[in-house]
Amino acid sequence: MWIYEKKLEYPVRIKNPNPKMAKLIITQYGGPDGELAASLRYLSQRYTMPIPEAKALLTDIGTEELAHFEIVGTMVYQLMKGSSPEEIKAAGAADYFVDHGHGVYPQSAAGNPFTAAYIQSKGDPVTDLYENLAAEQKARSTYEYLIQVADDPDVIDPLKFLREREVVHFQRFGEALMKVQEYLESKKLF
Amino acid sequence: MRNNDRTKLLDEIRAIEFMTVELNLYLDTHPDDQKALNDYNSYTKQLMALKDEYQRRYGPLSNFGTAVSDYPWAWINSPWPWEFD
Ligand SMILES: [Fe+2]
Repeated sequence: MWIYEKKLEYPVRIKNPNPKMAKLIITQYGGPDGELAASLRYLSQRYTMPIPEAKALLTDIGTEELAHFEIVGTMVYQLMKGSSPEEIKAAGAADYFVDHGHGVYPQSAAGNPFTAAYIQSKGDPVTDLYENLAAEQKARSTYEYLIQVADDPDVIDPLKFLREREVVHFQRFGEALMKVQEYLESKKLF
Repeated sequence: MRNNDRTKLLDEIRAIEFMTVELNLYLDTHPDDQKALNDYNSYTKQLMALKDEYQRRYGPLSNFGTAVSDYPWAWINSPWPWEFD
């Protein structure tokens, strides 16, 4: 069961629409290293985690990623909002507009629709946790690239928050991996 | 629609809730850290009190039986997160 809270984990207050930036940031909504992929990955992998620490961590980070999915969706929505078709065309986002209007659709910056092929759930806790360590680094890189191409502080601020979270998640997954490996070693001994 | 008192309280809730999220993830992999656990419990109590206050003043933050509603059904009317909050 999940309970929705009617608020963002981190506020998004973008005053100036920017359809071009929306088209780039959408990649963290539905792209290969985005928040939807992250959440789906961890919430699917958790079933076969062998120790309580890892079951809890995957559930909790998977849940936090859903909150990030909402932050990114909000950014895209606010960046598209109020732009006329002419402005969208001038910003180079007419391709997104003809498919989705002002809507928020899970796709990558290059326009590829979201697919579960972005994630793995291997049923092997060590393999899955290694995947997650890599996934957090890939998400961090993407946020850094987005920060590099952004120029509006209203946009950069939530991107920095999201980038920081990837660093923390990476740290926690590393600890979970060590605990899982210790557990598997101890099982071999007895 | 921006309501400054409401937004201020929401930002306060967010700040405390962030501490609980951060400590929660830490405790998942350090369940025996008594100091972190004490911090978690103390932030959680603060958060619960702030959420109660918020919900009394501005309506439900959560649904599905986690907060009572005034008449008429208040859930649909408070601002949605993607609108400025
Ligand atoms: Fe993450």
